[in-house]
Amino acid sequence: MKLTEEMLKALPDARGHFGAYGGRFVSETLFDSLLTLEREYKRLKDDPEFQAEFDRDLAHYVGRPSPLYFAERLSRETGGAQIWLKREDLNHTGAHKVNNTIGQALLARFLGKKRVIAETGAGQHGVATATVCARLGLECHVFMGEEDIRRQSPNVYRMKLLGAEVHSVTSGTRTLKDAMNDAMRDWVANVDDTFYIIGTVAGPHPYPLLVRDFQSVIGRETREQCLDRTGKLPDALVACVGGGSNAIGMFYPFLTDESVELYGVEAGGLGIESGQHAAPLSAGRPGVLHGNRTYLMEDENGQIAGTHSVSAGLDYPGVGPEHSWLKDIGRAHYVSVTDDEALDGFRKLTRVEGIMPALETAHAVAYAIKLAASMDKDKVVVINISGRGDKDMQTIAEIDGIEV
Amino acid sequence: MSRIEGVLKSLKGQGRKALIPYITAGDPHLDQTVDLMHTLVDAGADIIELGVPFSDPMADGPVIQQACERALRHGTSLRQVLAMVKTFREKDDATPIVLMGYLNPMEAMGQEKFADAAVDAGVDGILTVDLPPEEADEVAPLFTARNLDAIFLLAPTTTDDRIRAISEHSSGYVYYVSFKGVTGAGKIDVDEVASKVAHIHELTALPVAVGFGIRDAATAAAVGRVSDGVIVGSVLVDTIARNQADPDQLKRALSDLLHPMREALDSLAS
Ligand SMILES: Cc1ncc(COP(=O)(O)O)c(C=O)c1O
Repeated sequence: MKLTEEMLKALPDARGHFGAYGGRFVSETLFDSLLTLEREYKRLKDDPEFQAEFDRDLAHYVGRPSPLYFAERLSRETGGAQIWLKREDLNHTGAHKVNNTIGQALLARFLGKKRVIAETGAGQHGVATATVCARLGLECHVFMGEEDIRRQSPNVYRMKLLGAEVHSVTSGTRTLKDAMNDAMRDWVANVDDTFYIIGTVAGPHPYPLLVRDFQSVIGRETREQCLDRTGKLPDALVACVGGGSNAIGMFYPFLTDESVELYGVEAGGLGIESGQHAAPLSAGRPGVLHGNRTYLMEDENGQIAGTHSVSAGLDYPGVGPEHSWLKDIGRAHYVSVTDDEALDGFRKLTRVEGIMPALETAHAVAYAIKLAASMDKDKVVVINISGRGDKDMQTIAEIDGIEV
Repeated sequence: MSRIEGVLKSLKGQGRKALIPYITAGDPHLDQTVDLMHTLVDAGADIIELGVPFSDPMADGPVIQQACERALRHGTSLRQVLAMVKTFREKDDATPIVLMGYLNPMEAMGQEKFADAAVDAGVDGILTVDLPPEEADEVAPLFTARNLDAIFLLAPTTTDDRIRAISEHSSGYVYYVSFKGVTGAGKIDVDEVASKVAHIHELTALPVAVGFGIRDAATAAAVGRVSDGVIVGSVLVDTIARNQADPDQLKRALSDLLHPMREALDSLAS
């Protein structure tokens, strides 16, 4: 299907649907808040004052635009297409997540909410939320699975230093999905004074819309920088997909550019055949969770399945609804790489370019290297380097059998 | 007239209020649920809300979350919940059963197949916590065509326009959630509930049942006074958790909890 600007403008529709996906599947208590948020966001989106403040913060607080870097040595060693890196890891707090938390915290302030909640997996979204809350003087509560608190402990301490309260979630699988459940439960109880900053393009409408809008700065800059540096549009974009926010932020401004191939890389864990993975687009089916209809990992009775990934930020059984739609219409390709491949990607980028990616990002790196190797030298592949790997030292050291 | 409508009409005729207990199917074990349902009826239940366990019960507090985990540990599926209702119907053809749960297990079965199976089992109403009427345009006709009541939630945050719209999509009764929060939080404000329910009564002719925060005879009576019925959930599920080791003791404990609520509600009868 050839996408046009008009088609994109019409999505999501009035009920928050991207084709068959998205929507607002929440308990009644939250419904009015979602309607208010949608109304206010649609108003502020076109408010020059709001946009100017957002742009100013991205420039002077986050440090945008982030560089588009030509990974010359990696390209040469790979022996195929040119590999370029969009350096979201250089943002303040070390990942793309902050683009979104800046935007949503501004919304919270415009709505007069004094208390903020967030869920986090890898802790990057939690840190980015705690950061903007510190700056704006908002009370901040972050929900994080017990298992993720263990494997991402540096980020837990960062959040605490920033003044956030970190709530350990011990229900279900004790990872990101359960953290989101508990954040929703907190929100229902405190809906009057609390703003829920969701960290990815999932959840009930209007979250997939507003998070995508805030993250689209990644793709807009990439487009301009790529034209400027290479004289043409990229041939392929590669991004990892947990909930899908860094991927949609990169893809969205290119959706109508048919020549640009889009690759979303899911967490293949121990391999798709093993069942131990977190790749709903590659191996799941449509269902309803966390307020939206989307591809999910579930069993034959509709119970949400446990997931596995070496990276906490991809360890999630769902995915943003816009990705489900892009998959069905065939505009984006969704693929997966295993834990081991991602670790190889991590080591490769670290050793060859001196850039240490987050384990989430390492999935995109691993796939992009394979992809570039199969392409001609005059082609351009851009990887979204969604975050830096400092937070993963402990996980890598454990795998290497080293005490740090 | 649906079984639910019939029961609520007849109660109203007698000036009585509906007592609607909730338990999670498969908790503590699949083999016990049907027995527990009969126990609830013997102790005075007018309608039973039977919870379909879900892995991610986002609207529930720890008590019902753990009930879901217990039920799922034994592999309780929607198919098995329907089988329980069918077995229950062998002995009880009068007490309406409302299945209460989350959308995904129902979708996974297939909505049409689910609607057929529900009718076949003897289910009377469906309450899907995470399905607002805005998203129900595909399933609602399937339910209506089979005379299954679609029961929707109203909350303290529901605006008048939505109260009207939701009531229009509902049949049987509407379920008013008494406070902002998850199940089991227990901070009901009876005066606030009274004024909101009175207001809902002005906007719809459907009976209004109130749930969340009803834990004993006193709260049941206070809320019963201003509504058409009360739903009692977490306190029963908590009793199940505490008595799971001894099935006979469990039945006695449930009876002992429900009986005084029944009496308190009936003492309101005009
Ligand atoms: C660095 C990094 N990349 C990617 C992700 C995955 O999220 P998303 O798919 O929303 O970009 C995370 C999530 O924690 C992350 O920290």
